[in-house]
Order: sequence, then C-alpha cells, then structure tokens
Amino acid sequence: MAAPTTGARMVAPLTWRVARLVERRVETPSAQTLVLDVPGWPGHEPGQHLDIRLTAADGYQAARSYSLAGPAEGERIAVTVQRVPDGEVSPYLTDTYAEGDPVEVRGPVGGWFVWRTDETAPVLLVAGGSGVVPLMAMVRARRAAGSRAPFRLIYSVRTPDDVIYADELRRRTREDQGLDVAYVYTRAAPEGWRGEPHRIGLADVNTHGWPPDLEPLCYVCGPTGFVETVADLLVGLGHPTRRVKTERFGPTG
Amino acid sequence: MTDMSYLDGNMLDGPLRDIFAVDLSSAIGRCDHCGTTGPVAGLHVYSHAPGLIGRCPACTEVMLRLVRAPDQAWLDLRGTTYLRVPMALDQPHPRPL
Repeated sequence: MAAPTTGARMVAPLTWRVARLVERRVETPSAQTLVLDVPGWPGHEPGQHLDIRLTAADGYQAARSYSLAGPAEGERIAVTVQRVPDGEVSPYLTDTYAEGDPVEVRGPVGGWFVWRTDETAPVLLVAGGSGVVPLMAMVRARRAAGSRAPFRLIYSVRTPDDVIYADELRRRTREDQGLDVAYVYTRAAPEGWRGEPHRIGLADVNTHGWPPDLEPLCYVCGPTGFVETVADLLVGLGHPTRRVKTERFGPTG
Repeated sequence: MTDMSYLDGNMLDGPLRDIFAVDLSSAIGRCDHCGTTGPVAGLHVYSHAPGLIGRCPACTEVMLRLVRAPDQAWLDLRGTTYLRVPMALDQPHPRPL
C-alpha cells in the first residue's frame, strides 16, 4: 500500500503483534541485528521505528523503541539493538532472547524522520553511534529502489571496533554509485588515519556534507547532545531548519 | 534548561497512535506561549515523569502532556494553540454533479 506523499496518512490502529526471532547477527561487541518474523507486518518507510514490549512472569511490562534497520522482506524485519548495560530491555534481547521466542512489537511508527525513495534531492546523513540504524535503512532502501539521489553519510564512532555494518558500508561505497561515507572517531582512530580523534565539529560537517545551495535533505540521528551539536552546525551553515530532520536517542536501554 | 535528557517528538508517535487514527508526528503545532510553529516530531520530549511531557523547542514551555493508565489515557494540550494536520484532498467527485 503506497502512502500518499501529501495528506494525512490514515493508518490502521496500531496493535501489538507477536513477532519471533529468526536470525541474529553480531555487528559489534555491543550491537546485534535481530531479524524478526512478524505475521501481518504492513510494511514501512526508511527511518521509521517500532516499539518492542517485554512482559515478565509477574505481568510487569517494559517497552522500548528501536529503529527499523532496512526494508522489510515480506513479513521479515530487522532491528539493530545496542546493549545498554543496566537496561531493562536491551540485555534481554542481546543475551537471552532465542530463536523462535516470541516478543511483542507495535509499528511501524514515525512519519516525520522518513526518507521517501522518490526524493531526488541530495541527502546528508549524520550518525552518532547506534544512530546509524535508521540512516542505514535509508541507504539500503535507496539501493533497493534503484534511486540515484546522491547520499553522503558522516558516521561518528568511538573507535573503529564500534562501526556497525562496517563490511556492508565498505562494500556499498564501492558498489552503490553516489554513496560516500566519512568517519569521525572520538576516542581512537584506525592505523593511518589522518588527524586526531575528536568530537564532530564544523570542519567535518563542512567538508563531508553538502553546501546549502544544493538544497539537500539532512537527517541527524544519535544521542541528544550529538544531535543538538550537529543540527546547530547545519543551521549555522545556512541549511533551513525544515530541511534538517532529527531523531534523538535516549539511554533508555 | 540545558540538560540533554530529552528525546524527540518522533517517539510520541506510538503513544499518540493509541488515541488517534492519523500519524501526528508531521502535524504542525503552535506553541500557545511563544507562537512558534513546528512539527510535533520536533518537540522536546521528557519521558522520566509519570507520563510524557512535550516542550516547545524554542521557549521550552509545555505544549503536551500524555499520561497512560492501563484502561485510559489523559491528553492535555493546553500549551498548544492548534494542531494543523495534513489531510488527503477531500474531493468526493471528479467534477460538480
């Protein structure tokens, strides 16, 4: 069902559905991709998320939002979960949740932080840590739709070991024409890296982004402080606020 | 307020979709305090209260409060002058009858 690009998206009431784990992929020491089979999944747009709800034996419930990591394959969807050490939900999903186990999901949700595959404007994606997940969904959807929109991704990580989807990003920069990826390392850089580890700043956004005259769409996702910094830099460079879409992650676990 | 403990209005979409049949994250809201208009997705959301508090990103006044109980929801919009919701073009006939 194609959603109209203008007008309210009338959507079926959101219901909790039972999903089951079909595959688990280790991405980094602390991040894993979970492939879920969700009977009745209605499809989704790149950038949307879902809520995952766990219910304990005593009836206690905890729900968290996770970004969808790529286009749906039929009724199969993928989320990438970063383990928050004291979290209520993520440690269960990364350490205990086993193939075939049920979990409740509700989605897709979010109609704002979305890139539509018929957009032709250049796109700048800026990711902080696990904020790369919904942006990777856009990169994957671009390829799947055969879009020619020029994409640039600036990906800020602590160390090279923290790069989620590292191999796929390397492959895609070679194969997906019109996709560039630049990394910013905040704590430790790889061998042969030029420059010192640093937090993302004006020079990074200016060098690896698009000039405002090209009227790019900008998507920024990561921890609140990171998103705040990058959105301010982009607006300061002359990008109109309505072209800078943000999604802030909280350390909710 | 300079603390960085807030989230985006994007995360209101799930809880609001329990109540509304449309996706409100793209709806434009006007802050009743300072008059700034912007998408619901752009609100700063504080989720550590008993409920969800959506504040104006410009002046930080509260625009939305949402509290859930197992069998009911309280939605307080007194800080919002209006919500402008994009609608599909309502044109029941291709031409005047």
